[in-house]
Amino acid sequence: MSKKLMLGNAAVARGAYEAGVRVVSSYPGTPSTEITESIVQYPEVNVEWAPNEKVAAEVAIGAAIGGGRAMTCCKHVGLNVMADPFFTASYTGVNAGLVIAVADDPGMHSSQNEQDSRHYAKAAKLPMLEPSDSSECLNFTKLAFELSEQFDTPFMLRLSTRISHSQNPVELSDRQETPIKPYEKNIAKYVMMPANAIGKHVVVEKRHRDLVAYAETSPLNEIEDNGSRIGVIVSGTTHLYAHEALGNSVNYLKLGMVYPLPEQKIRDFAASVDTLWVIEELDPFIEEHCNNLGITVKGKEFFTLLGEYTPAMIRTAVLGAPNPEYVAPVGAIPNRPPVMCAGCPHRGTFYVLKKLGLTVSGDIGCYTLGAVAPLASVDTTICMGASVSAAFGMAKVRGEQFNKKLVSVIGDSTFIHSGITGLIDIVYNKGANTVIILDNSITGMTGHQQNPAMGKTIRGEDTRAVDLIALCHAVGVDRVRVADPFDLRGFEAAVREEIAADEPSVIIAQRPCALLKYVKYTGHCEIGDKCKRCKLCMKLGCPAISVGKDGSVKIDPTQCNGCGLCLGVCPFDAIEKKEGN
Amino acid sequence: MENVKIMIVGVGGQGTLLASRILGNAILSCNFDVKVSEVHGMSQRGGSVVTYVKYGQKVYSPIIDKGEADIILAFEQLEALRALPYLRIGGKMIANTQKINPMPVITGAAEYPEAILETIGASVDLTALDALSIAKAAGNAKAVNVVLVGVMAKNTDIPYETWVQAVRECVPAKFLEANLRAFDAGYHYGARA
Repeated sequence: MSKKLMLGNAAVARGAYEAGVRVVSSYPGTPSTEITESIVQYPEVNVEWAPNEKVAAEVAIGAAIGGGRAMTCCKHVGLNVMADPFFTASYTGVNAGLVIAVADDPGMHSSQNEQDSRHYAKAAKLPMLEPSDSSECLNFTKLAFELSEQFDTPFMLRLSTRISHSQNPVELSDRQETPIKPYEKNIAKYVMMPANAIGKHVVVEKRHRDLVAYAETSPLNEIEDNGSRIGVIVSGTTHLYAHEALGNSVNYLKLGMVYPLPEQKIRDFAASVDTLWVIEELDPFIEEHCNNLGITVKGKEFFTLLGEYTPAMIRTAVLGAPNPEYVAPVGAIPNRPPVMCAGCPHRGTFYVLKKLGLTVSGDIGCYTLGAVAPLASVDTTICMGASVSAAFGMAKVRGEQFNKKLVSVIGDSTFIHSGITGLIDIVYNKGANTVIILDNSITGMTGHQQNPAMGKTIRGEDTRAVDLIALCHAVGVDRVRVADPFDLRGFEAAVREEIAADEPSVIIAQRPCALLKYVKYTGHCEIGDKCKRCKLCMKLGCPAISVGKDGSVKIDPTQCNGCGLCLGVCPFDAIEKKEGN
Repeated sequence: MENVKIMIVGVGGQGTLLASRILGNAILSCNFDVKVSEVHGMSQRGGSVVTYVKYGQKVYSPIIDKGEADIILAFEQLEALRALPYLRIGGKMIANTQKINPMPVITGAAEYPEAILETIGASVDLTALDALSIAKAAGNAKAVNVVLVGVMAKNTDIPYETWVQAVRECVPAKFLEANLRAFDAGYHYGARA
């Protein structure tokens, strides 16, 4: 036994490892990514990045039916992608244990919406545990595998950004090898056609009642009696924040299992206090359950539906107590939004698209930052893959001429995730859209994960790479070309030609992410005497280039990585490349 | 004891994560309960980065509210100013003098505030230093983060040797010597001036 400082995500991975997990399949998504990355350190586990969350979940479901413990991990919006197998796996149940870990992102640190995954547990009638620190991440994950087999159901583990990305000490144990369970053909259990599914629905409802009974007595749902007349129901992050804010001045019911929720336990807790609070981030999930039981609680009337909570908010609402004083600076403090890095290949792409005044159907990845000033090029961002299909819809409504000023931009990993199906739709239904695949040779936004277009697995082993050109040809796009987004003239010409074409086309904008270790730009750029202060270079939105108070343009050598993109923008050849720093 | 609350703030790419890792390891070897909370993803693309570190007998919340931080370690001036409300009355601000323009300043939509360090120094206990020069003198310009950890370390109850051990555990062997010099220079900053 040893104590180690671990991210919540790494602790989930450790818990799965200790529980004898055999297969982990996921698609990256902040804040869930490090769970699967942390599995890589355990050679006993067959771990992979799948092309998308649906595939990942199906691999895990198949592994569990095949008799080996399995896990799939995703962010909240990833759960939307895996929803189809997810709902029906509730009916089939498992053979060996199956855990679905989902990380919500209250406050949207890195997400396009703020959905509350607990609704999925309820909708699919799947049990869900919610740990509140790294130690519970480890222990709850292990328990989830046990319970999954005991109740013959996939078990969900709900995390949130603060739990996933907080490190605290955990006690490690050895791995418990679990033998692969026998696989027996069982059509009634595993073939979900109507006749069988009708029978399985009955089983699901029976199981649900068994799980409610478990929730009543489970140590996961813990009462802390401090002899107060105020009761507080908490789970996950709010367990931490409420303890910080309220100490032992209230009684707690901490729910480690957030679906299904206990009934009698909540009734008894409510009866033991005069005032009952429910403190939960995002939706009034527990509150509505209490309301359905006829229990009056104080909840969202006092707490916001938006963003993350803090101990200070809870102290104010529950105790009406003051929060600490502080020094407030006077005057405006400029925001510091995330930007594309110096040397980012996407900068060349968006510079050209902006220059041509195109409508840009965007997608999910670093390149979503193409919507930020001064590039401000992206028009829409919905979800993974929507850049391709939504642009087709736009073109259907707005017509041929509009389509000649319209492009989709989508990353290499995102294209494989769900862009390819949109492209097939365009070809099949006689569209003429232009799709730009931003091939930076990595999954960038989530922190450099391998993907099927790279020829490397999650363990860094060589594998067969998806040939994007051949793939596009195979679905029926004849016009496929590769262009370097740092060759601004060549890239602009390529875009002009492809949008003018009366048939579907794909441009593969190829240049690796500047943060990849093998990408070695050298030296730095400098503004020379020929500068006329036209500020055209400022349109790049490069973090290294700025205008001084006197109107002179400067390049910060500590920010510049010498990529040289700005050299191609300056009409006066005023920017020079210098070697050395 | 009351929990000790430390915030590390900076700009994505400045190496704040290594600083929090060293801090977390030093605390853990003192057998304290500890929580280190950071946010990955978008914040790393040159945006504001905030890490909360709390330690003591038992730590519940991983986050720090306004008016609570005992120490704020700021890698950049504007981020120091942004974090100022989080410092408790009587707390200590340690700020690197480096300035990095955010995009709204670069595009001219906003101005980088004047005299930030004077503003902060007028209201709270401030140690401001040019950590880059100190890191360069120690032999590695990238050791700015470790210089700053050194300055902070001096302001905690954790012994010097524990910190050195944590640096050893967190820094790759290739860069260790320069980083140990950087830590030492930060730790003794002010004392030798």
